[in-house]
Amino acid sequence: MVQWKAEERAAIQAVFAKLDYESVGRETLTRLLVVYPWTRRYFGGFGNLFNSEAIMANPKVAAHGIVVLQGLEMALKNMDDIKNTYASLSELHSEKLQVDPGNFQLLGDCLTVVIATRMRTEFTPDIQAAWQKFLAVVVSALRKQYN
Amino acid sequence: MLSNTEKELIVQIWDKMIPVAEDIGSEALLRMFTTFPKTKTYFSHLDISPRSDHLRCHGKKIVQALAEGARNISTLTTTLAPLSRFHAYQLRIHPTNFKLLNHCILVTLACYMGENFTPVAHAAIDKYLSAFSAVLAEKFR
Repeated sequence: MVQWKAEERAAIQAVFAKLDYESVGRETLTRLLVVYPWTRRYFGGFGNLFNSEAIMANPKVAAHGIVVLQGLEMALKNMDDIKNTYASLSELHSEKLQVDPGNFQLLGDCLTVVIATRMRTEFTPDIQAAWQKFLAVVVSALRKQYN
Repeated sequence: MLSNTEKELIVQIWDKMIPVAEDIGSEALLRMFTTFPKTKTYFSHLDISPRSDHLRCHGKKIVQALAEGARNISTLTTTLAPLSRFHAYQLRIHPTNFKLLNHCILVTLACYMGENFTPVAHAAIDKYLSAFSAVLAEKFR
């Protein structure tokens, strides 16, 4: 079971408190699709994803960005049992969506970069470390049901 | 594959980092040591505490090498040959660590540049750092 220090919980809550789901969600998914173009394979129904301008203006990308952050919020609210909280999400991603789990790490990295552009000097190395520990647990939970 | 626009963007960004090479380099290293503690195992010979001279000096070297590579992107293998040999035969770093430092460099740039670190800039720099690391790891075996 994951052990969280008080400072880590506080750091992760602090990062979340500053997240504007609409703007951060849209930008995170945009960066995933721009920086790692192979991820576009999972969004065939989203229309025009042919270049960065199209992706940045795509309303389905914006809407889905919010969905992703709402999913992360579930983990935040159940930090002591993320594995079980994510059991059905993990099954969804492995059985139905058939996403290569290597891409979860990439989405997490893009989210971290977006947070860094917003929080700037407030995103200290210690806060980054706690945040990335949280993302590592989330990614591991999402990978759980793959077999 | 880097487009000409991307190559120009990469040079522009790294040129801006040269005057603050110590700050950027030491911050990227510190972020890496804090988020991925196993990376500290390669630095037992240095004082890598925050704001230490060793950390700032080493950070500066890394940023300067990245800036020089950016100005010679089409000849990275030649430009980086000595560094490549050094990483392979002397440092012998486990190759997975390059990605960890690259990620922390991206985060440092993002904090420094804010919204100017656009998705397009992010993509260009990520591609550049991957290419740079690949050359550094080229002689590993």
